[in-house]
Formats: sequence, C-alpha cells, structure tokens
Amino acid sequence: MGRRLRRKVANVLAALISALMVILAVIPLFHVLFYVLGKGLPGLSWTFFTNIPAPTGVPGGGMGNAILGSLILVAIASLVSVPLGIGAGIFLSEWGRGRLGDLVRWVADMLSGAPSIVVGLFIYSIVVVPMQGFSALSGGLALAVLMMPTVARSTEQMLRMVPVALREGSLALGANWAQTVWRVVMPAARRGILTGVMLAVARVMGETAPLIVTAFGSGFWPSSIFKPIAAVPLQVFVYAISPYPDWQQQAWTGALTLVLIVLVINIVARVALRDRMGVGR
Amino acid sequence: MGRLRFLSRQADTWFRIGVSAMAILLLLTAAALVVLLAIQSMPSFREFGLGFFIGRQWDPVNNEFGALPFVYGTVVTSLIALVLVIFVGIGSAIFLTQYLKGWLSSVVGFIIELLAAIPSVVYGLWGIFAIAPWMRTSVEPWLGAHLGFLPLFQGTPYGVGLLTAGFILAIMILPTVTSLSRDIMAVVPSAIKEGALALGATHWEMIRSTVLPYSWPGIIGALMLGLGRALGETMAVTMVIGNRPEVSASLFAPGHSMASVIANEFTEATSHLYLSALSEIGFTLFIVTALFSLLSRWLVVRLMARAGREV
Repeated sequence: MGRRLRRKVANVLAALISALMVILAVIPLFHVLFYVLGKGLPGLSWTFFTNIPAPTGVPGGGMGNAILGSLILVAIASLVSVPLGIGAGIFLSEWGRGRLGDLVRWVADMLSGAPSIVVGLFIYSIVVVPMQGFSALSGGLALAVLMMPTVARSTEQMLRMVPVALREGSLALGANWAQTVWRVVMPAARRGILTGVMLAVARVMGETAPLIVTAFGSGFWPSSIFKPIAAVPLQVFVYAISPYPDWQQQAWTGALTLVLIVLVINIVARVALRDRMGVGR
Repeated sequence: MGRLRFLSRQADTWFRIGVSAMAILLLLTAAALVVLLAIQSMPSFREFGLGFFIGRQWDPVNNEFGALPFVYGTVVTSLIALVLVIFVGIGSAIFLTQYLKGWLSSVVGFIIELLAAIPSVVYGLWGIFAIAPWMRTSVEPWLGAHLGFLPLFQGTPYGVGLLTAGFILAIMILPTVTSLSRDIMAVVPSAIKEGALALGATHWEMIRSTVLPYSWPGIIGALMLGLGRALGETMAVTMVIGNRPEVSASLFAPGHSMASVIANEFTEATSHLYLSALSEIGFTLFIVTALFSLLSRWLVVRLMARAGREV
C-alpha cells in the first residue's frame, strides 16, 4: 500500500510542479507588459511623437527624431539584408544540399546567435573607422548583419514547405529552374517569407547595443545618413540611466512604443503563419 | 528551339550564380568579422598574453587591462540564469507537451515565446525600476537571513548586481530553452511512451523513464543555446549589473560583464590599447558563443534526425 500510494503521490506532484513552472514562466511576461503599460501611458502625448528631446526640466520634449531615426535605420538594414537574405535562402533551399549548403547554414546560425554588441564592434572597425565617424549608415549596416542570417534561414524554411509537385509541374511545362523558383515557388511562399522578414525587422527594431558603437544617437532630426542618428532604444537607454524623473518618464513611454510595435508584429506574423501552414506554430 | 534552350540554360546559370554569391557573401561577412576582431585584438594580446583573462586590474588611465572581473561577471550571471531556467524551462516544456493538449498548449507556448520578442533595453528599464527595488527590499534580505552562512549571500543588498542580472537573464533565455525543449519532447515516439504505460507505469513514471531519457541530449542542447544567449546579452545586463569591475564573492555585489563593459566603455576608449583590450573581450565572447551554438545545434540536429525531422 505504501509503495502504491507513493507512486500516486509522485504522479500528482509531478503534474502540479510542472503546472507551477508554466505559471512561473508566464508571470514575467504579464508583469513586464502591465508595468510598461502603467508607467508608459501617462507620458503618451502628441508632442512625444513630434518633438525632439528637450533638456531635463523643460517640458514638451519627445522622441520624434528617434522614431524617425529608428525607421531610417531599419529601412537601411532591410534594403541591404532582405534581397541578400532571400537570395541566400533560395540558394539554401534549391542548391543547398551539398557541403557548401551545410556550411552556409551553420555559419548563418552562428552569426544570428552572435552577441549583437560584437556585430557592432565589427561594423565599427569596417565602416565607422574608415569613414571617420558614427553614422546612420553604419548603424543600418550593423542591423543588416543581424537581419540577414535570420531572413535567409526563414526564407529557406518557407521555400522548403512548397510542395515538390508544384516545382515538378513547372519544370514539366518547360520552365527552367530560375523561372520555376521565381514565378512558381516564390509566389507560393511569399506570405511566409514576408512574415520572416517582419519578425527580423521587429527584432532589430529593439536592438540597442550595436547602435551604441555605430549610430551613436543624436538630439536632433536626422539630416544625413553619414551623420550620427537617434533611435528609440538608444534614447530609452540614455533616459533610463539618467537621474531625472522627466527623462525616465520618456524612457517608459519610449519602451511602451517599442513593446507595442514588437508585440503587434509578432502576433500578426504568427497568426498569418498559422493560417498558412495549418499547424500550431 | 535550340537557341531557346540555350538562353534558358544561361538564365539558369546566372540565377544560380547570383543566389550562390549571396550565400557566399554571408560566409564572407562572418569571416570578415572573425578576422577584423582578431586583428583589433592583437595589440592587447601581444601586451598581456593569456594573462589578460586572469588579470584583476582594469585601469585605463595607466594602460593596465585585466579582464577577470568581466569574465567572472559574465560566467556568474549566466550560471545563475541557467540554474533558474533549468527547472522552469524544462518543467514548462514537460507540462506543455505531456499534460496540455491541442490549442491551449500552443497558446501558452506562444505566450512564453513572446518573452523573447521584448527588447533587451525594455528588460533593462524594467529591471532598474521594478526588479532591483524588489531584490533590494525583499529577495536579498530574505536570502541573507536564511542562506547568509554562505559567502554568496552575504553583504549589503544593493538591488543592482550579479543576482539581479542573472535573474533577468533567466527570464530572457527562458523562451529559447522552453520552446526548443518542447520541440524535442514532442518528437519522442509514442510507441515507447505507450510501452511504458502498458507496463503499468504512472503518467509521471512514463515521462521519467521514456520522455526524459530520450530527449536528454536535446535538452542539454537547448540549455547550451540559452547559455550562449545569456553570455552575449548586453543591454539588460549593463543596466542592472551595477558596472563595477570587481570580483566579489557575494552575489548581491555590483559587477560587470564582458558585454556590458564594451557597451559602457567602447565609445569613451581613447587609447589604442584600450580599444584593443575591449575588442579582445568582444572577440572572446564571439568565439565562446559560437562554440556554444555549434555544439548545441549538433546535439539538437542529431536528435531531430533520429526522429526523422529537420530543424
């Protein structure tokens, strides 16, 4: 009896403990969300989106320039990394079965797991030093290096999901491989690829560390891609570690803006993917 | 017809060359990263050799650079994160795959994965204003009162420090560990699970005797990937670790990490040797995280291949 009871108790305990672990795992998300919402909402105003930062104590400062700066940085990063990433993804899915394909795959995974500050150091020495100054261009390139492997790997996965029959059909009709990939396989995977790009954009939108050593930040409206530029996460960082309550308030509102953008993109992308693939994830 | 076929084949060739070039560009980028960081690190490496990593003095004014405090901070915070995440991450994965079924499991899994989407700087901000005060007034005094006989939990509870940084890192790597472990536990063949049940095992005994042993290498891989992420995480750590280059036994004490010292000091580094020392820290960080990611990928891919799945 004792042994049987022990086994039963262990069985119930295991279920309870693992359920408790799930609860512990989801608490932080809700805590962060509600905390950021509560702290960030009071600072939300029109001027926050239209004005440039003001000195502490002066009312009416905003993150307009940082928001525009973030958009410019992400645009540069996307212009560079999306075509390259999609191209590399096509290579991996169509011709990537050999040794070169494996190498590219391993390197892509390694690069996308590299600490983002290290990518920043790399761009610093290859772009900032030769150009003799921090710039929007270098910041955008740092983000591009972070985006490209992600885009390549997600493109590969999406292309792989296109049924072989579709390719065979196209080839049987006399199309060559380029036409088949470009006109048949790509359109079939378009939505998935777009989703992958959006997720990569959402990720680099919140990147801060590489921008410290490349874009550097600025208190003014962006004027040139060869000058330092402001970005929302950078501005949040600077304000967060400042001792001034009004700046800290702006940091919270900036954080709220970032979290909303990132979560909306993530949820939309996941839902779109789920409809497409008919699976849970 | 012959001409058409020729054109068509030529287009194919160019297309293939084009996309291969883009893939090779990716390889070149990674190669350039390694080479440039290595070159940048040379002056510091020549000056200090391997002693760089055991030197405790970090004194830019006198051109004295020892990275031990940063290595120590990185290792300690990552280990704290790992210890915290082992139970929560694996426990959640067990619950999501073995107890919850269907859409509820994917919704809860998705909620955990959203943790990964929140930018590091936001975790840092939250860490400064929500977690550090909680650590200072509740957690650290409690630990000090109950476990204070250990040197780890002695000293002033600052709130910012190694323990707080480790705690936030644990939250940040939780989605990586949970979702990868979940994928791995999901491919355990149901035949062996049913076998265990048929032999009279309880649900938990089935999990312990089939699911866990089968997925063990993959879970180690998931933990290693999470650990790799924790080692390189920069902003959140920079904001809550206290930024003091010291090696102290207490987890309550402020510290510094390899990533955070780069973020903090790189743009202020004036001398050649100073920049080089920071680059050497970055280079080391890259090599270590790359090793972790390769090793963990190897473990996971092997396991998935056994289950007939591709990663």
